[in-house]
Amino acid sequence: MNRIILIGNGMVGYKFCEKLIAHPKRNQYDLLVFGEEIRPAYDRVHLSEYFSLQSPDELLLASRNWYQENGITLRTSELISWIDFENKKVLTHKGESFDYDYLVLATGSSPFIPPIKGVEKAGIFIYRTIEDLESIQNYADKLKAKGRFQAAVLGGGLLGLEAANASKELGMTTHVIEFAPRLMPRQLDQNGSDLLQSKIENMGIKIHLGKNSKEIVGEGKVERIDFTDGTSLPVDMIIISAGIRPRDEVAKNSGIAVGERGGVLVNNKMETSIPGIYAIGEVALYNQNIYGLVAPGYEMAGVALDQILGGTKLMSPSIDMSTQLKLVGTEVASFGDPFIEGESAIPIRYENKQRGIYKRINISKDGSKLLGGILVGDSADYNALFQLYINEMKLPENAEDLILGQRGSGSKSLLGSVLDLPDSAQICSCESVNKGSICEALKSGACTDLKGVIQQTKASTCCGGCKPMVVDLVKETMKSLGKEVKETICEHFEYSRQELFDLVKLNNTSGYNEALDQFGKGHGCEICKPVMASIFASIFMETANKQIAIQDSNDRFLANIQRNGTYSVVPRVPGGEITPEKLVVLGQVARKYDLYTKITGGQRIDLFGAKLNELPLIWKELIDAGFESGHAYGKSLRTVKSCVGSTWCRFGMHDSVSFAIRIEERYKGLRSPHKLKGGVSGCIRECAEARSKDFGVIAVEGGWNLYVCGNGGANPKHAILLASQLDDDTCIKYLDRFLIYYIRTAGPLIRTSTWLEKLEGGIEYLRKVVVEDCLGMAEEFENDMDGLVEKYTCEWKEAIENPETLKRFKPFVNSEESDDQLVFVPLREQKMPRPW
Amino acid sequence: MVTPNLAPMEEIVSLYQTVQFSEVISWIKVGTVTDFPENAGACIKHNSRQIAVYHFTRTQKWYACQNLCPHKMEMVLSRGLIGDMSGVPKLACPMHKKTFSLEDGSNLNGEDYSIATYPVKIEDGIVYIGFAE
Ligand code: SRM
Ligand SMILES: Cc1cc2nc3c(=O)[nH]c(=O)nc-3n(C[C@H](O)[C@H](O)[C@H](O)COP(=O)(O)OP(=O)(O)OC[C@H]3O[C@@H](n4cnc5c(N)ncnc54)[C@H](O)[C@@H]3O)c2cc1C
Ligand code: SF4
Ligand code: FES
Repeated sequence: MNRIILIGNGMVGYKFCEKLIAHPKRNQYDLLVFGEEIRPAYDRVHLSEYFSLQSPDELLLASRNWYQENGITLRTSELISWIDFENKKVLTHKGESFDYDYLVLATGSSPFIPPIKGVEKAGIFIYRTIEDLESIQNYADKLKAKGRFQAAVLGGGLLGLEAANASKELGMTTHVIEFAPRLMPRQLDQNGSDLLQSKIENMGIKIHLGKNSKEIVGEGKVERIDFTDGTSLPVDMIIISAGIRPRDEVAKNSGIAVGERGGVLVNNKMETSIPGIYAIGEVALYNQNIYGLVAPGYEMAGVALDQILGGTKLMSPSIDMSTQLKLVGTEVASFGDPFIEGESAIPIRYENKQRGIYKRINISKDGSKLLGGILVGDSADYNALFQLYINEMKLPENAEDLILGQRGSGSKSLLGSVLDLPDSAQICSCESVNKGSICEALKSGACTDLKGVIQQTKASTCCGGCKPMVVDLVKETMKSLGKEVKETICEHFEYSRQELFDLVKLNNTSGYNEALDQFGKGHGCEICKPVMASIFASIFMETANKQIAIQDSNDRFLANIQRNGTYSVVPRVPGGEITPEKLVVLGQVARKYDLYTKITGGQRIDLFGAKLNELPLIWKELIDAGFESGHAYGKSLRTVKSCVGSTWCRFGMHDSVSFAIRIEERYKGLRSPHKLKGGVSGCIRECAEARSKDFGVIAVEGGWNLYVCGNGGANPKHAILLASQLDDDTCIKYLDRFLIYYIRTAGPLIRTSTWLEKLEGGIEYLRKVVVEDCLGMAEEFENDMDGLVEKYTCEWKEAIENPETLKRFKPFVNSEESDDQLVFVPLREQKMPRPW
Repeated sequence: MVTPNLAPMEEIVSLYQTVQFSEVISWIKVGTVTDFPENAGACIKHNSRQIAVYHFTRTQKWYACQNLCPHKMEMVLSRGLIGDMSGVPKLACPMHKKTFSLEDGSNLNGEDYSIATYPVKIEDGIVYIGFAE
């Protein structure tokens, strides 16, 4: 038996373990792993998620048991302090020594701390380990309690921006300080950086470029940073993210060759200057470079393992450093050589300041190849462009189409079909999975669906950036094998939502159990039950009181569950118009039941913190005062937001409030695949933000313009003009048709904007259906809607009038007590649930 | 505002340990069959414990587990949707839809935490939950 010792149990070290146990020669080797950190290897790439996790253990790449079960000895909290290569031994910091036959260094790197005066003060942190984040959080909490909120991140690179976002999420006012004249200087050019800067500033983070820090000032702790240009910035804490330094200290002290600026020198076999000793990951200096990404590290792990086990695998001569930034709300990607121009390359740039998009691709002089590029604001085509670049594929005649083509056209239009990629095309660079192995997994019959392919090949399990491409590949391969890829709901129904909708309508199926018996199998689950509930509601206008057991939990209790298991109460306030009398009632009820009150973003009032058993009591009082359910809990019509319009506003062209109320009254209670929101503005100043809604109506000369398929949320989209200068009734008619068409055909939890994106023919086709009636179904759609409107009942009224349905609001079947585990803490003059 | 004096979280969590049928020492009567909703859950209280009870009417089976979701430590599991995964009866927490097997309490999303389950028996239309003390 040969013994391998691995120093370092980080991401790359872990990958080495994983690759060893999958190897046929595994049984001839014994693996002993030393890790300095207290935990087994965890996912550093998703480190920032630490703040939103219940336990840091959720970040572990594998549990401690996994090592044991696979015959690997793991010793955490142990540092190797000396390598005696002549006698093939390592020494731990506790003085114990261990023999090896092969040694692998995977000691990673540590953040570089620039030699600024005062850098040792309290309140200065780095961003690398779980413990670092823990201390950042604790320190920030203490600062906030003292009313101090200023944080700075030194370094405006990929990691610095991630740290800045985390600091902002912690509630700190955050500044990014960058020495270079632009953000992400290694990945972006000036234009790209300018755009990214404005996006990040919009997120509330302040950016200071071209700043050289001279001294960190403060008594014992950080109070201020002084810059060389004479300016300064008062701050209460600092996170340093100024690059990385390989952790080569053991190697260096023990006489293994390191580079001039650090890093253990390796050849393309990952061998160091000493035979039998290898280095992989961020500690390895290969081609005179340190690679601060997981993908090259994983490749190195594969090469070193293969070499040790007698193979001949070599490291690729050139390493790809393409990256995407992982900040919600900012799409940024950079691939290949982002800057190249001059003799050998021609850059093509596209910039749309209004839409916040900048794209640049660098094309070889002869126009045949893609050499690199930058995408800011819209990186939807990153995967496709990356494939063109990495596989050196021939470009289309007009290379500019690559960035000027239609948005959201995805991989298909750019690459022809994903199936045209060569088998060797690397799809997932983290796990190094190529197109061939994905297709083979399906062709060989080993896998039959996306889930299987991901499980077997591990593609898209690391950073997830390649997921859209993997999905496409699986779809297209299945199609080429003659297998229809059905978008089925779940294991219980092998139908799409649209098919189920038609089945229920055709068979006049009356309930979920019947549907399961007729066209499903098994006993249902949390996915198909709410989908079916929505279908029953959309066809028969049945309220959530009818089939209680299949409602999503919020619909079952006709209220939104909150962090501590209490509920919120949101009565409908059509168009945002409310009488003083009703406002008084809301205040009285909230006071009586001690509810936290807040004006919502949807122009109504939310009362939070109601206990399950209080819900019917509260609603009884509200209904007696003339309120109705606001359906804030349902996938159904929420609000039709309105500006004040021509009744009061000096610019108003039409009476937007009256029209908004008419629309909201018409569609209230309407259940749909996802929630529905509307807006009506009295003129083009658009104070109702109607174009960020599923349907928006804006007053213009001669009538209303009707816009559809917009939304806010994580992927904001402006609604698109469907028809203009409509009178009230025509507008309603078109809305009826549009809504029923959407309700019948959209997939579960698909908002109108995503639905439109997938609708073949796009807005032009939708216009044909709604305005020109190309399907000949307009009348049917309108009748359907009339039928639904007629059947509307307030489901809260229904609930409180029926003692049987009221049973569900009893906290305990066997006791009259209410839940005594609920904890609230004070918040300004109100209260909130205790923090998680 | 009432802020009850609660036991520390570890103590609350340690209240819930899976009880096997063979380990039951006392069967506690918690209601009649019709007190519980069909194909859904409801909660019962026994001393300091909250137990979620589910009636799978389609298979005529009953299951019980802790009402405390181990994800964010909230007393909410009885309010979640139930169903099956390849035949294994399961429940989805109403907060973030983490799913658990009702047979052995294991986490079906591959995460580390799991829940404690309790035996249920029905005699003459009365529902009993088994405890090990
Ligand atoms: C209360 C409120 C925030 C506030 O205090 O202002 C709110 C609260 C919630 N929103 Fe919202 N949203 C609220 C207005 C909005 C708005 C603004 C608006 O309606 O004009 C938006 C952006 C517009 C839009 O929907 O496109 C908004 C976009 C979202 C999204 C993202 C939707 C998307 O398509 O991306 C979600 C998540 C989802 O639905 O999947 C969400 C989900 C939620 C949930 C349901 C999250 C949850 O599952 O618990 C919150 C429930 C709170 C509760 O219990 O009542 N909320 N949410 C607002 C209630 C409005 C109302 O009167 O009904
Ligand atoms: C916040 C953050 C976000 C990131 N995002 C991305 C991303 O989106 N994409 C990407 O590709 N990369 C990203 N990275 C980089 C990625 O995490 C690293 O490239 C990867 O972790 C390197 O793996 P490694 O095993 O070489 O080093 P590490 O993961 O650092 O592991 C080295 C381990 O060795 C231990 N060790 C060191 N010396 C000794 C010793 N003498 N004895 C015992 N143990 C020792 C260390 O304590 C450490 O646990 C990110 C990094 C961070 C910090
Ligand atoms: S944005 Fe909406 S979903 Fe997110 S925390 Fe605020 S209310 Fe909740
Ligand atoms: S609290 Fe149960 S899943 Fe999050």
